[in-house]
Amino acid sequence: MNRDDFPILKNNLIYFDNGATTLKPKCVVDKMVSYYTEYTSNIHRGDYNNATVTNREYDEVRNIVKNFINASSSDEIIYTSGTTESLNMVAFGFFRYKLNSDDEILITKAEHASNILPWQVLEEEHHGKVKYIELDENHELTIENLLKAITPKTKVVSVAHVSNVIGDIRDISKIGRICKEKGIYFVVDAAQSASHIKIDVQDSNVSFLAFSAHKMTGPTGVGILYGKKELLDEMRPLKYGGGMNQSFEVDGTYILKETPIKFEAGTPPIAEVIGLGEAIKFIESIGVDKIHEHEYGLKKYLIENLEKIPNVVLYNKNSKSGIVSFNVKGVFPQDTSIYLNTYNIAIRAGNHCAKVLKDELNIKNTCRVSLYLYNTKEEVDVLIEALKRSEDIFKVVI
Amino acid sequence: MDKEIRREIILDNYQNPVNRGLVDDNSYIKKNTNNDSCIDNIDMMMKIEDDVVKDIVFDGEACAICTSATSIIIKSLIGKKVSDAINIITNYQNMINEEEYDKDVLGELLVYDEIYLQPNRKTCALLPSRAVINIIKEYEK
Repeated sequence: MNRDDFPILKNNLIYFDNGATTLKPKCVVDKMVSYYTEYTSNIHRGDYNNATVTNREYDEVRNIVKNFINASSSDEIIYTSGTTESLNMVAFGFFRYKLNSDDEILITKAEHASNILPWQVLEEEHHGKVKYIELDENHELTIENLLKAITPKTKVVSVAHVSNVIGDIRDISKIGRICKEKGIYFVVDAAQSASHIKIDVQDSNVSFLAFSAHKMTGPTGVGILYGKKELLDEMRPLKYGGGMNQSFEVDGTYILKETPIKFEAGTPPIAEVIGLGEAIKFIESIGVDKIHEHEYGLKKYLIENLEKIPNVVLYNKNSKSGIVSFNVKGVFPQDTSIYLNTYNIAIRAGNHCAKVLKDELNIKNTCRVSLYLYNTKEEVDVLIEALKRSEDIFKVVI
Repeated sequence: MDKEIRREIILDNYQNPVNRGLVDDNSYIKKNTNNDSCIDNIDMMMKIEDDVVKDIVFDGEACAICTSATSIIIKSLIGKKVSDAINIITNYQNMINEEEYDKDVLGELLVYDEIYLQPNRKTCALLPSRAVINIIKEYEK
């Protein structure tokens, strides 16, 4: 759907690497260009006309994001550089001051590096212990296994809403309820879900939630950290400088601005923030539920057909997102990816930043197809045909 | 070189590389090599005695080009004097990087003389050569 909105698709590109980054619709690019060509100015400083336009456009996005994830106030929305920075802010600005060495942080082996490494470093600093919730036989997170993993020492549960290799959708509403009952902080990495599955941070009792604009038709360089207001008020900034301070004196005293501004030191990526707002409008004009239905439909179709190809191994048949991880027997994923490139098909080969998932899958690297709103059944057919001919891979890539 | 022969040599070295599997032996120098732009990741171990490359083994996960290049490099270097090994590797790297090189010292490694046509595979082909250089540097310390 909406293929005409994506100029890049005119070149017959078959783009299946949406888990890495999505393509950008013209409206998002145009919106950003207009900031550069019509009203360039910094934010929150100028008194001239263009500055007023910039302030209005920039500040409005906080409200758009607030409604998009149903936060209770736009003060709970912080602009960051992306999911990685958001999760680092949570770990090092909040939990570093909350966790003792015995406190347990629950994550899974299917998490992205950004939701593992910060916690590992906290553990190294004696602020918590990282514990892994066991995954089921499909490498998915279940509520039963979460409940088994929770102990009286559990202080944080931090999981992806949709994992980026397996693509299982975690029931954040249920997990949130459990965390609420047990007084556990709940952190959600929504990088792979923000424009695929409807998020309601209040209903899911989320403490913190992170996502990136570029994985949802928006620009690179900007993302969001949502946090409950009272938690953000306690959280410390990791960056200090212009725009975030009320005052500072030579005697060493300083006063910071309020949440969320205290977290946004320096000139932010203004065009990108404005682009994010446009991306959300674009997604909402289609409907997140409709996007999910479309990509999951394509996934089922793809799986159904890949199952018929004897030398294709599937790793996540059952998960209900648009992510398909597979390998061609006897072929290194990078060779498969280079082979598919000759069909103008873009997929991802690698460990997808989930470097401890290898303990689960018993394989380090996979090919990943991640589907999105503009992908079609015809494109999936091209992939299936290419993989049917995969005995030719080495004739093509060598 | 004929395309079919080239492919056959590469494929054979990919599917049946020589000396796969590391050894538990302190007389070998070990280096890991990987790079950011691809997912190839290999460990190489080399035994040098009296300035002669006595043995090389490797292990790891890598694509057809990287694995086969590792295998052919190992075959090309075992038994050579360190100075000759450096000469081979330097000419090999020059070939991959489209610089002037001496064909006469490369032997089977010439199967990669057109890899520059696929720029994203240059790193794959170069990876084992970097491991060799790092090991020799450590030996010469």
